[in-house]
Amino acid sequence: MPNRFPLSRRLLLAGAAALSLGAVLPAHAQEDPIKIGLVAALSGQSAKSGEAITRGITLALNKINGEGGVLGRPLELVSRDDESNPGKGLIAARELVQREGVAAMIGGLDTPVSLAIVPFVNDAQMPFIGPWAAGTPITQNGAEENYVFRVSAVDEYVDEAITEYLVTKYGSQKPGMILINNPWGESNEKGLMKALEKRGMEHAGIEKFESNDVDVVPQLTRLRENGADGLFLVANVAPSAQVVKSLDRMGWDVPIASHWGPAGGRFTELAGPSGEKVHFIQTFLFTDPEEPFFKDLQAEFPEIENLADVTPATGIANAYDATLLLAAAIEKAGSTDGPAIRQAMYEISGVEGVIKTYDMPFTPDDQDALGPEDYIFANFVDGEIVPLAD
Amino acid sequence: MTLFLTALVTGIGLGAMYGLIALGFQITYSVCSRVNFAQGSMVMLGAVMGFVLTERAGLPVIVAYPLALLFCAFMGVVVEFCLVRPFAKRGSEAWLMATVAGGILLDNTVLFTFGNEPRSLPSPLVETSWQILGTGVYPQQLLIPLVAIGFAVALQLLFRRTRQGRALLAVVQNPEAARLMGINTQLMISGSFALSALLAGAAGLLIAPLFSVHSDMGTLFGIKAFAVAILGGMTSASGVMLAGFIYGLVEAFVTTFLGSSHTYILTFGLLIAVLAVKPNGLFGKAALRKV
Repeated sequence: MPNRFPLSRRLLLAGAAALSLGAVLPAHAQEDPIKIGLVAALSGQSAKSGEAITRGITLALNKINGEGGVLGRPLELVSRDDESNPGKGLIAARELVQREGVAAMIGGLDTPVSLAIVPFVNDAQMPFIGPWAAGTPITQNGAEENYVFRVSAVDEYVDEAITEYLVTKYGSQKPGMILINNPWGESNEKGLMKALEKRGMEHAGIEKFESNDVDVVPQLTRLRENGADGLFLVANVAPSAQVVKSLDRMGWDVPIASHWGPAGGRFTELAGPSGEKVHFIQTFLFTDPEEPFFKDLQAEFPEIENLADVTPATGIANAYDATLLLAAAIEKAGSTDGPAIRQAMYEISGVEGVIKTYDMPFTPDDQDALGPEDYIFANFVDGEIVPLAD
Repeated sequence: MTLFLTALVTGIGLGAMYGLIALGFQITYSVCSRVNFAQGSMVMLGAVMGFVLTERAGLPVIVAYPLALLFCAFMGVVVEFCLVRPFAKRGSEAWLMATVAGGILLDNTVLFTFGNEPRSLPSPLVETSWQILGTGVYPQQLLIPLVAIGFAVALQLLFRRTRQGRALLAVVQNPEAARLMGINTQLMISGSFALSALLAGAAGLLIAPLFSVHSDMGTLFGIKAFAVAILGGMTSASGVMLAGFIYGLVEAFVTTFLGSSHTYILTFGLLIAVLAVKPNGLFGKAALRKV
């Protein structure tokens, strides 16, 4: 015999929901907020990145809404967790567009997730701006009408920048590569080869290692025996630390130019004092706890006690600037229509971000707002990231 | 020459780690023909507890590390009691999946409680490296094979020379008869899981200073150690230890002379080839089936 109780409870709930909706609706009716979607890793190993991006966006929204919003309407953030999973990211993006009706979207740390979302946003004519993932094909995706923009480092430009750095600063003529064995390492292998070919240089070898490898000495010894006079390093914090420890064990003191992987955690704790020898790129750094941007952050998020609590600052700054650019484009477009916002992205100018002031940051040929000239080389000193003096 | 020495040092260092963890598989397999597939997580647990007790609770190493090992042994008992015994009683092989699941559960529990940031466990034995003929070695790397071989010899003696060891072997040969002779078989099986987890924890504490402490640090070690245990034939401690060194050396020599992209393809390919020729592993005896 079926139990009829659940049915009546469901009815009751529906009734209650209808009542509360009716009660809430009129209060919101006047100025409908413009929704901005966020698809980023809010849980799991990369949760810190999602937190940094959220902080950056929140500060930007506070500033924009404090100045009267966009088109006379406030901006509102709607976040979805992609759990670093491309499939989940794509579902989240669909849901944000189709159910939440967002006007534009912001992405997260993981290149594979962004790559999964790119075809969808181009199809849906939904402006998408990436504040972190650096994979070259995210913005260079070959779409006729490209809706994907980025305020972050780009693998190809990073590879060019770190090659230039090793060559000019250390006179390296035959650098070796030690790359993590995943698509990110792959993407940078291509970029580094391109940068070396451009200069007619040869390399001392391309060595891969796994993120859980304890001992990288064999790979590094191969590079040393082949005459490497500098190293390109592409890997996240913990694997990068294993490279440094292995170098220490070999007693090999060699210049290292790295992608921004080491910036993501307690690099010098893991790698030991030699971690300071790794020079890596950043798009933004806090250098002074008295900086107004840092003060604003602390005011909004009291759990931030010192500069080490916002390592890396890159994600916060990129997301902050990306949100400001998006707001400027919506204002310029005069509507929340996707194609109109995209067109306006090419026309905005004089937007004052924390990384720089953006004058015409995007063109249909280059949808990346930051280039090699905006990168800062940095290293860890006493657990904090500091810019390297030229 | 430098390349050869590099491969040798790396291979012995890695091989000792694999062998030490693989001994844990050998112990329980010898006693009850079952293993704890969460062995990799026990490695991680040893390192994480070592870190938490020294760096967070501020205990001296001499107190903290034995406590960490005791905790691992306790977890070994828990694994046996909750994930192996209920299935084994019913003659089901589901303990296999249950211990795998237990490992994943443990990894994720640590991820949530310990955090997702890799941390470093300091040791005075990795502060300076000794340079030998163009390659270097940390004292810690020499300690691992010493401890591992020590454990292997001790286990061999335990099984052959002591009353408890003989009792364990009796359980292996005929659990029913052993029980009738007044041997507490259940206690022996629990004890073997405790010892197995303790060994894994010790491996974790020894490896951590060369590596970093994080929730999934043991996963790959667990898989490789199981391969080593199979290669060594599962039943003899010295065989498993030797297989560990062979596996580590093959890995290091392939990486050094052929390049890292070949490492996994060749080492695991070789493993399959060896097992095809010698199904009971390099040092295992064919199991006798009495009819």
